Amino acid sequence: MNLTLMGLNKIKEDYLAAQTVLARRIIVCAGTGCIVNGSMKVYEEFVRCIKDSGLNAVVELKKEKEEDGVFVSKSGCQGFCQIGPLVTILPENILYTKVRPDDVQDIVETTLIRGELLNRILYVDPDTKKPCKNQSEIPFYRKQQRFVLANCGVIDPEDLREYVAHGGYVSAAKACLEMTPLEVCKRIGDAGVRGRGGGGFPTGKKWEMALQTESDKKYVICNGDEGDPGAFMDMGVMEGNPHSVVEGLIIAARAIGADEGYVYVRAEYPLAVKRIRKAIQDAYKAGMLGRQIFGSSYNFDLHVMEGAGAFVCGEETAMIASIEGRRGMPSPKPPFPSQRGLWGKPTVINNVETLSNIPLVLAAGLDQYRSLGTHKSPGTKTFAVTGHVANTGLIEMPFGSTLREIVFHVAGGMTSDDGKPMNDGFKAVQIGGPSGGCLTRDHLDLPLDFDSLKQVGAMIGSGGLVVMNKNTCMVSVARFFMRFTQEESCGKCVLCREGTKQMLSLLDDIIEGRATEETLTILEDLAIAVQKGSLCGLGKTAPNPVLSTLRYFRDEYEAHVKHKYCPTGKCKKLTKFWIDENLCRGCTLCVTKCAIGAIMGEKGQPHKINQMLCRKCGTCIEVCKFQAIKGGKS
Amino acid sequence: METLRKFEKVCEIVDQNDRSAARLIPILQAVQSEYRYLPEEILTYIATSLGISPASVFGVATFYSLFTMKPKGKYIIRICDGTACHVKGSMNLYEALRNKLTLKEGADSTPDMLFTLETVNCLGACGLAPAMVINDEVFGQLTPERVDSIIDDILDKEEKNEFDTHGA
Repeated sequence: MNLTLMGLNKIKEDYLAAQTVLARRIIVCAGTGCIVNGSMKVYEEFVRCIKDSGLNAVVELKKEKEEDGVFVSKSGCQGFCQIGPLVTILPENILYTKVRPDDVQDIVETTLIRGELLNRILYVDPDTKKPCKNQSEIPFYRKQQRFVLANCGVIDPEDLREYVAHGGYVSAAKACLEMTPLEVCKRIGDAGVRGRGGGGFPTGKKWEMALQTESDKKYVICNGDEGDPGAFMDMGVMEGNPHSVVEGLIIAARAIGADEGYVYVRAEYPLAVKRIRKAIQDAYKAGMLGRQIFGSSYNFDLHVMEGAGAFVCGEETAMIASIEGRRGMPSPKPPFPSQRGLWGKPTVINNVETLSNIPLVLAAGLDQYRSLGTHKSPGTKTFAVTGHVANTGLIEMPFGSTLREIVFHVAGGMTSDDGKPMNDGFKAVQIGGPSGGCLTRDHLDLPLDFDSLKQVGAMIGSGGLVVMNKNTCMVSVARFFMRFTQEESCGKCVLCREGTKQMLSLLDDIIEGRATEETLTILEDLAIAVQKGSLCGLGKTAPNPVLSTLRYFRDEYEAHVKHKYCPTGKCKKLTKFWIDENLCRGCTLCVTKCAIGAIMGEKGQPHKINQMLCRKCGTCIEVCKFQAIKGGKS
Repeated sequence: METLRKFEKVCEIVDQNDRSAARLIPILQAVQSEYRYLPEEILTYIATSLGISPASVFGVATFYSLFTMKPKGKYIIRICDGTACHVKGSMNLYEALRNKLTLKEGADSTPDMLFTLETVNCLGACGLAPAMVINDEVFGQLTPERVDSIIDDILDKEEKNEFDTHGA
């Protein structure tokens, strides 16, 4: 089937016509976070309650059947997972939060029938204590600039027509029908799009390199192997707007002259896999993929490849090996994949977020895109904000925003370990995951873009931001990332394989009280050796968390090493717990809560902790109502 | 007879993938979802039918962490130990679960093969840290107490099932 621009217009008009008949729409968030919180039950309950109250519940828009009713649809991740399940009511644009199935009947009666607000499930601004009617009033959303995520959480990710109704596939059609490959490359290059996967390499330049390599066959690959622990931006895009990724790939393929492509998705994201597969299937049916796409003379086939749990496959050459059915081990560059990639053919690999930007860049034009962000890093970046902040979730900010804006305005400020506000609690932010570094109080006003972060020894990476409060032990954080990279090292380069192992055991020495002053020197020397002696990004960047924590929190390392003392009390081996007999009332609460039975005592008698058995989990301290359990810090 | 059936299914999977060595990973994924692990003899069989060496098949099977050559329990519990979950105490959950399931040092599965306990790098549910997944169901904002009751629920369900099957 051929599909031209006129065909796209037809899909759009039909969809909009079918939608205008419907007076109302209810959007239930069906991102991973909200589903965990039970949003699918909420969805079913809406359909049931609407029917029960005599209204017509429409679950799928059909062109032929023009009927009035309430359109109940699902969306991708809306970003603010913590207050999910989220339900949006249109046309009033009301956002209900933490909606339980029990609330649905009430929503139907109060809002749908009587047209009133249901205050008890509105989000309450923690500063002003006022209920917020919708996203424009919620600080978390108000301070963001949603460009790539604009449609995520609004459109139904499983309905191609709605993506088209929002202007989708027009850029791809234009790229295929009205532009030459070089024009596409130039346009993306002029816009200044840079790869969002970590390095920030100019996308237009990458494409031009592949375009200029002569070959009978070329490939494009979408890198959806978001392995960085604590990052889920790409997942959000793949789940919430999978067609934008497919469209980006079509444009990339057109730009370099490829006729085949792969979407490589982590198997740990089953929902993203499902939605990408569905999007591809629908795009085939509609004539956007396959033979003679958009009525051009041009063919493009797209496959999905599920990863099998190897972080290193996020590296371009390792991903290629994995698609070829081999162990995912990187190979030296050059030759770059754009010269010799998959099956030895020129291949372009782009990250999910980058590809999702492409159709928007072509549609919006250079000026609009360049008006966002900074001169050298135009556009926006999505971040996954997690850790000790009030609002965790998926956000999007223009490049050049500061950490202060993100942590204190969007994310709502610091919290303690148990989630209570902790205004002066900021300690550090780990940016870019296991390849990145940490940023401290001194960097709160640093503009976040590719170049300024490099100068302070961190990188924007894929965009994971883990915010940590004062009670976080930075040595343990460094150890956490070291253990991660050590496990994920593919083993090809000796320095990465053995070096990370030794670094890990040195860090263990530090947090378990065996370190000497020499340990830190060896650790630093080894870190630099691993950086220099590794082939791929994994090894080259593996020592970053250690080096950057050593740079900014050296005193913490020294406390562990010289005084066998963990300033935050988090290193269990440097900790001892005991019970103050004068304060203990013998309530036996700690005895029952201790998971390994390390606390002994009769009711009414002071209890004792068996030091041999104690695993120092700290549960007893938390449960004791009389503050009788001491320790935690040596 | 049992083994014959076993290979029939593998044959089907290999055929669906055009007997192409490039499709080795999707083949192993399909085989594992069929048998819940990758039995050694099946790996050798796959190597022969794809015309590659058993070493390359074993190489791939051992490289990727989602592949396992050991049988796993009926319920595979994977505690997320991504950064966000880690800073919110995922290892306390792990310890609590090890105790709850009375797993011996070095063992990941319960002797009755009902549960297997693992960690996973990131589930992408960071907004709901700490999280875990049991088979396909994700649980978020966990505490050791909640984990405890989730396991109890499964145990209750299993006991009831057993009772039902024996009763029937």
